Amino acid sequence: MRSESMNLGRKLACAVLVLVLAASAAANWLAPAGYARQYRDATGAPPSRAHWLGTDEIGRDRFARVLYGTRISLLLAPAAAFLSTLMAAFIGGLAGYLGGAWARIAMAVTDLFLSLPWLFLLITARALMPLNVSPLVSVLVTFLLLGLLGWTTAARVLCTTAASLRSSDFVRQARAVGLPGQRLFWIHVVPNLKPVLYAQFWISIPVFILSEANLGILGLGVAEPMPSWGSLLKELEGMVSVGEEPWKFVPLILLVVVVTSFQLLLSRQEEIAA
Amino acid sequence: MKQHDRGSKQLAYRCGSAIAVALICLGSLLGQLSAQSGELRFCLRAEPKTFNPLKVEEDSSGAIRYLTGGVLVRVNRQTQELEPGLAQSWKVSKDGRQISFRLRSGISFSDGTPFTAEDVAFTVQQLMDPALHSPTGDAFRSGTGNVETKVISPTQISIRFPSQVAGLDRLFDQVAILSQHSPKKEMAVLGPFMVADYKPGSEVLLKRNPNYWKIDEQGRKLPYLDSIRLDIQPNRDVEMLRFKRGELDLINSLDSEYFDKLAATSPQLAHDAGASLDSEQLWFNEVAKSPIPGYKKNWFRSANFRRAISEAINREDLSRVVFRGHAQPAMGPFSPANKFWFNPNLKPQTYSPDAAMKSLQSEGFRLENGTLKDKDGNTVVFSIITNAGNKSRERMAVLIQDDLQKIGIHVNVVTLDFPSLIERMTQSFDYEAIILGLTNVDLDPNGEMNVWLSSSDSHQWNPQQKTPETPWEAEIDRLMRAQASTSDLKKRKEAFDRVQEIVVEQQPFIFLVNKNALSAVSANVHGAAPVILSPQTFWNAERLSVPAK
Repeated sequence: MRSESMNLGRKLACAVLVLVLAASAAANWLAPAGYARQYRDATGAPPSRAHWLGTDEIGRDRFARVLYGTRISLLLAPAAAFLSTLMAAFIGGLAGYLGGAWARIAMAVTDLFLSLPWLFLLITARALMPLNVSPLVSVLVTFLLLGLLGWTTAARVLCTTAASLRSSDFVRQARAVGLPGQRLFWIHVVPNLKPVLYAQFWISIPVFILSEANLGILGLGVAEPMPSWGSLLKELEGMVSVGEEPWKFVPLILLVVVVTSFQLLLSRQEEIAA
Repeated sequence: MKQHDRGSKQLAYRCGSAIAVALICLGSLLGQLSAQSGELRFCLRAEPKTFNPLKVEEDSSGAIRYLTGGVLVRVNRQTQELEPGLAQSWKVSKDGRQISFRLRSGISFSDGTPFTAEDVAFTVQQLMDPALHSPTGDAFRSGTGNVETKVISPTQISIRFPSQVAGLDRLFDQVAILSQHSPKKEMAVLGPFMVADYKPGSEVLLKRNPNYWKIDEQGRKLPYLDSIRLDIQPNRDVEMLRFKRGELDLINSLDSEYFDKLAATSPQLAHDAGASLDSEQLWFNEVAKSPIPGYKKNWFRSANFRRAISEAINREDLSRVVFRGHAQPAMGPFSPANKFWFNPNLKPQTYSPDAAMKSLQSEGFRLENGTLKDKDGNTVVFSIITNAGNKSRERMAVLIQDDLQKIGIHVNVVTLDFPSLIERMTQSFDYEAIILGLTNVDLDPNGEMNVWLSSSDSHQWNPQQKTPETPWEAEIDRLMRAQASTSDLKKRKEAFDRVQEIVVEQQPFIFLVNKNALSAVSANVHGAAPVILSPQTFWNAERLSVPAK
């Protein structure tokens, strides 16, 4: 019974993600206007036939911004997750496989990275960036930074897994029959790391979506007029009651639904990894 | 029996009367005690950059200076009249070059060091020291030469300036007196409060100055408050939430969005004092040594380019959309709220993308596939920076971005934390355009000498010029010095009217809007009377009181 409901949950999560991705991909056709179009005579408007989710404080259609913002956050978060997983695989996986001094150095670097106050460093890094970058470049840089800095936890997991693989019977046996180290790594170690890599990839996506949202709230994420979930969530900062303008919560609900869907899929990946 | 009854009644009556009198006395005493206790809490929007009152150049340090600094004379923010402070009386000489003060006696600094005329002389010498680059001191610089101070007695001093300084006495409203002899230096103060604790990034705690000299009409020592806690909080949403929760007692300057929300639910807490003297403006970096490309410097140093940008900005929309009608489109350097000094000949800046395009074409700019290019083929793109967390400025930047897109200009909006922005603006000059506000403390244009003199640090678009780099800046320098060196009000007005016209012609600052003075004051605060002059809500801090918790 439990397995059936889990499967149903995963199917539902998959359907939600497909629907959200499809809607955001079709933003050009679904949105009533561009994300930057300002209806200055209809600022802060409630939902209507013209603006399904109303307009923001400077008259931009909220539905259009949600669609385009979803596209940005959902496309770039997996890209950043891929980059961080790749780095984790390279640093953690190789260090674990080689062992000895290599593993100690790699883990020391990882610990150092983990102990740094990343929020402040990200703010500083963003502030040090050239000012004159287009919104698109600012989006790319934001996610690139997240990807480059988010590999540490995954690297520790991969290092431990690779170390256990190194001392496993089948690897010892392969070494005993004279298989060269490089070939042994690609044929026996990497395929066995794959489930862990997948799991780390899926874990990273919601983390990066939330990190970008946090940077957006600090005014340091995706530049105007480009929307992202972070910039859309900024609208909620001054709200004191849910009933005041409930349609403003749509981006938050979407974020929760998408992150939950990722988590449901992730549990499947963890089962595979186990 | 009857006699006994009568005696009992009399006794009861006397006892009752005595208890009533005692209760009234106790109530009065408690009232007095409660009036003289309590902690006021409000927010500073940024970290104070200095505690030296002579080096103040931004709002946070200015607020601390206002609350802690003792001044010789004080402009009453409500009546706009000059009132005696540490000086009992003063006299400006006929030639406007000399001012003599008679000081109050028996006054001490917060650390107990006696206050004398020597301290005033020391403060003036520090203020006018060119090495200090005091923005407050700039207002006194009407000519070249040294300032002479003459201490006549411990309570008498005269100060002579090299040339006439108009509105000389009012300028001393900004000069907090330092102690010459105190080992605590600038932390020894003469104002109602003193800095007791400072946690960088968190708060500044001011405690009542036990040696403050003022008393109220009933003979009670001022200030009434025990302390003022200034939380450093750049985020205005958080500030508003904390005010609504009762964690803060006032918000000195309120965003129009929150003002409307607050007025809808608690109209008695929201105060609109009317059009203020403050302005919001955009300016381009015209600093020759700035690390921006040369062709961009050429654009920014072109008056036609700046005028075109000004014409392409829809100020009506900025007032209506961003400030919800709680602002007026700006016409020039002074708000029309400044009834005497505002130049009535200035016309509202017209919004005309077509006229903007014509101005640009006259400079060799051209549109190519919807993108503006200069005569050398460079795409016209620049960044506008503003402080993160200030929603009004962020929204103005996005509206301007959209307006300029209509004439083919691509604008990148960047929000930075305030210290980074100030560092770029004043140290590295690594920026292209900025949106910020100008807070006018005084009605008199002399209060803005530090902005308009080309040699000043606060001449933001191109500060610290050794000699004026453009003829119009030289003309502004001359006119500002001329108006500052005569006491003939008509001549001063003529000179400053011309300054306003030049600024509108040249657009070094593209003035956007004049905001209304909006504030929020908790019902707990007694004695509050918000005004348009800064600091709007705590200008009478020494007479404010809140119930002790």
